[in-house]
Amino acid sequence: MPLKAHIPESRQTEKPRDSYKWIGKDMKRVEDPRLLVGRGIYADDVNLPGMCHSAILRSPHAHARIIKINKSKAESLPGVLCVMTGAEAEKETGPLPSWANPPVHQYCIAKDKVLHVGEAVAAVVAETRYIAEDACDLIEVEYETLPVVVDLEEARNSTGDAVLHPYRGENNVAISRTLTFGPVEDDFAKADRIIERRFRWPRSGGTPIETHGAVATFDSGTGKFTIQANTSMYNFCGWMIAQSLGVPGHKLNIIPTLAGGSFGAKLFSHKQCVLAATLARAVGRPVKFMEDRIDNTTGSDSHASDRVYYASLAVKNDGTLLSLKTRIIDDFGAYLQFGVGTHGNALSQVVGPYTINSVQVDLEAVFTNKCQQGAYRGFGSEVANFVIERLVDATAQELDLDVVEIRRKNFIQPDQFPYLIPTGNMYDSGNYPAVLDEALKLSSYDSWREKQVELRKEGRYVGIGVASCQERSVWSTTEFWMWNLEPNGGEWTSSPDSVSLKIDPTGKAYITLNSPFWGNSPETVAVQVLAEQLTIDPSDIEVTYSDSDHGFNSAGPSGSRFTVMMTGALVGAAHTLKEKLLRIAGHLMEADVADLEFRDGAVSLKGAPEKRLTIAELANTAHYFRLDLPKDIDLTSGLDTSHVYDHPVTTLPAEDNSHMGIFYPIMGHMCHIPVVEVDIETGEVSFLDYAAVHDCGTMINPMTLKGHVRGGVVNGIGSTLLEHYHYDENGQLQNALFTDYLLPSTLESPPNMKVGHVVTPSPFTEYGIKGGGEGGRMGTPPALTSAIEDALKPLGITIDELPLSPNRLRKLIRDAQSSDG
Amino acid sequence: MKKRMSNAGEGSETVKKEQVSITVNGKECNHEVEPRLLLSDFLRDHLRLTGTHVGCEHGVCGACTVLIDGKSARSCLTFAVMADGTDIKTIESLGTPDNMHPLQSAFWEKHGLQCGFCTPGMLMTAFELLEEKPDASSDDIREALSGNLCRCTGYQTIVEAVELAAKNMRSEA
Repeated sequence: MPLKAHIPESRQTEKPRDSYKWIGKDMKRVEDPRLLVGRGIYADDVNLPGMCHSAILRSPHAHARIIKINKSKAESLPGVLCVMTGAEAEKETGPLPSWANPPVHQYCIAKDKVLHVGEAVAAVVAETRYIAEDACDLIEVEYETLPVVVDLEEARNSTGDAVLHPYRGENNVAISRTLTFGPVEDDFAKADRIIERRFRWPRSGGTPIETHGAVATFDSGTGKFTIQANTSMYNFCGWMIAQSLGVPGHKLNIIPTLAGGSFGAKLFSHKQCVLAATLARAVGRPVKFMEDRIDNTTGSDSHASDRVYYASLAVKNDGTLLSLKTRIIDDFGAYLQFGVGTHGNALSQVVGPYTINSVQVDLEAVFTNKCQQGAYRGFGSEVANFVIERLVDATAQELDLDVVEIRRKNFIQPDQFPYLIPTGNMYDSGNYPAVLDEALKLSSYDSWREKQVELRKEGRYVGIGVASCQERSVWSTTEFWMWNLEPNGGEWTSSPDSVSLKIDPTGKAYITLNSPFWGNSPETVAVQVLAEQLTIDPSDIEVTYSDSDHGFNSAGPSGSRFTVMMTGALVGAAHTLKEKLLRIAGHLMEADVADLEFRDGAVSLKGAPEKRLTIAELANTAHYFRLDLPKDIDLTSGLDTSHVYDHPVTTLPAEDNSHMGIFYPIMGHMCHIPVVEVDIETGEVSFLDYAAVHDCGTMINPMTLKGHVRGGVVNGIGSTLLEHYHYDENGQLQNALFTDYLLPSTLESPPNMKVGHVVTPSPFTEYGIKGGGEGGRMGTPPALTSAIEDALKPLGITIDELPLSPNRLRKLIRDAQSSDG
Repeated sequence: MKKRMSNAGEGSETVKKEQVSITVNGKECNHEVEPRLLLSDFLRDHLRLTGTHVGCEHGVCGACTVLIDGKSARSCLTFAVMADGTDIKTIESLGTPDNMHPLQSAFWEKHGLQCGFCTPGMLMTAFELLEEKPDASSDDIREALSGNLCRCTGYQTIVEAVELAAKNMRSEA
């Protein structure tokens, strides 16, 4: 066996406690009042003096050469300021940021070829969006169509003009690689049985209700851009947007707006930012680019995993799971902005909660003429969860074992943590049997099984699903490059988050976050943590967001990392200020610092709380009475600091790729048990019950965590039952509108979802928090599929492909009924 | 999508503006607008009432819902000229942070929002429902809100919030 990753020592400074004043409370959100009264400022609400508007002419062809663009009619339309083609944009604006290796060339406006329907061919700036769209209609484009590639399993066979990126290779395979972890062949040789299935996971997307947008200005006096946008990561790699624009990083300031949902989709939004800024430079006025829905669905670069799995699980007859082999083909669409990071991600928990000894993953990532993939809640790990859980269900079925007991039998046990899985990633902590037991209890599982027997006798198709899934949190950057064949200098290993913190002379505290609001609850979480630290009231704390001129080192919300990372940064910053407050208090009270403590917004003498100085009194002294303080040169006036919190525990991949190191270790867990009824005449699925138990370690705010679970479950219901960006054989997206790309509504969502928690604190993070932002969507697809398959068991139906639209279910039912007789 | 929605003619220079008089949140607004101007853009761009959000611009998501003469309507599927002479209520009329409408405080209490983008449409739709049916059941609420999409919450806490608001409004009445 190769040497596995070593486990670094924990840097946890705040141990989990039995009770808290503010942490763990269902505090109402700080963010809400302004949002409830319509005063939140989202990207499209930004309105600058002299601002003009842009619209994009998008390709009607999936694959074509741009032969000629005649823009004279469009340019002569009154109110039009600029019509820009890709060739013109390229004179000043270079390729978009890309994490692919080797790089994939993409521009904010296509240069000479369009690679998917909806790719930008020209942009118009005009006094109003209406005029800009009128002008788009007047642009004449001559195309020479090229062969279209839509079938992901055929992409490897493309030749000649059908190859999307000929400078990268002779066919449409973006990366092809096999990684083997542990003695796969030995374990397969030991197996009594190999469970083999082909699974199809369909292309969906985060699809926030607010689209992507940016308002950009270019100051020709200073040579500096300013972009206001619903982006993220601007304090991590915003300089890459500057690089695309051909200016150094300090000649671009990015100001975040509120984001009306992201779910991963707005991870960077670099294309929208670069486009708006390119146009602003051209016209010398502020330019807004706000996607409409068709812009978004066809061209926002935020579709998600689109995979075929050929999966084999080696098992013993007693249900012991030994080894997993998967061959994956993933349709990344026309470009590869984040490389194959979604597959790095999936390696973090590819064996699920089970003691599977070895793993082989054979990945073929392909280009096709479709909108490219971005991030969506789970970032590829939700697909791996689906696959392993489907295989466990299949094993139970083939060996006639109970779906609960086979899981319990294979669980990693509570005393085995920290646990290194074959890929090298570490699971920090967990108690999977406890989560399972809690879920069985919460769902009244046994009672549903009894009811199911009765209901089946009445001819009703009622099914119960069980899924036990991992919920990895807190990514490290290695996930983005671990699959690369050759290093290219982009092998980053940092993924910090940071805050600035100050206390003003009146004792009010100010937190500046260096990452944006994405629809999560960063202000609420920050306030609860700081109130706990300083023993002050939440109403005495203000939270704002930095721009990229003032912010630093923050990778931001994604991969369920923000609560852990921001808390780490805040704890560090609060410790610094507390130390200073204690020093000042010790001096003023003539007490030893060791005898002092924070209590009720003051520093007081231990055992004699009436001897105290409030934080406001101390802050006043710190700001204005320097001469009352010791002469120590490091004791400067004021109370302000910043803190960068690095990833709590990460290591490098092995040089020989025998393991990938520790890269996604803060391991949450969940068990979902939906109970559904299938109407076999219509294919409609309705919920009779839904229980979800999550273990996200210490909870800051159980109410908002439940919100993430429930919201994620409904995202998962969309992925399981409804959502599929469907491209036809010509590469035309058939459902670009909400009229036919259906999102779950109130009527498709379980009315009374029961959400429970088990708390197994992480030994590595402050207070023992684990992330929980993506959880629901990572458990629902396998759980719901399992429930539907269980409902249809009397018909002998097995399910390998999503979404389970009424059409697909009816076909499965019809086929089963006709083969019966 | 403006063009697609409004089906305008050749170019903007041919479009003649029309005078409209619309009462918005109790205030009469007289403006000259192009016939193709969407009500959502009139509210957001001409009156700077940006609380009304635009999510799909084809009438499905419901984020842009406002009340026209007391009835909920998609402002993205309505031309401003069609609203001439009407009385419109937007989210900005409902309450302030210091004096929230019971629906707003119930959404706050029950965590009925996350990103807040769909919230104005949800609130205006729920407002209409409770005007018409102060004792709405949870099924009534689900039905009434079924044309408003939320991608964050999973809806359960939204329904609970409307139930709570209804209860509070009944006890106040």
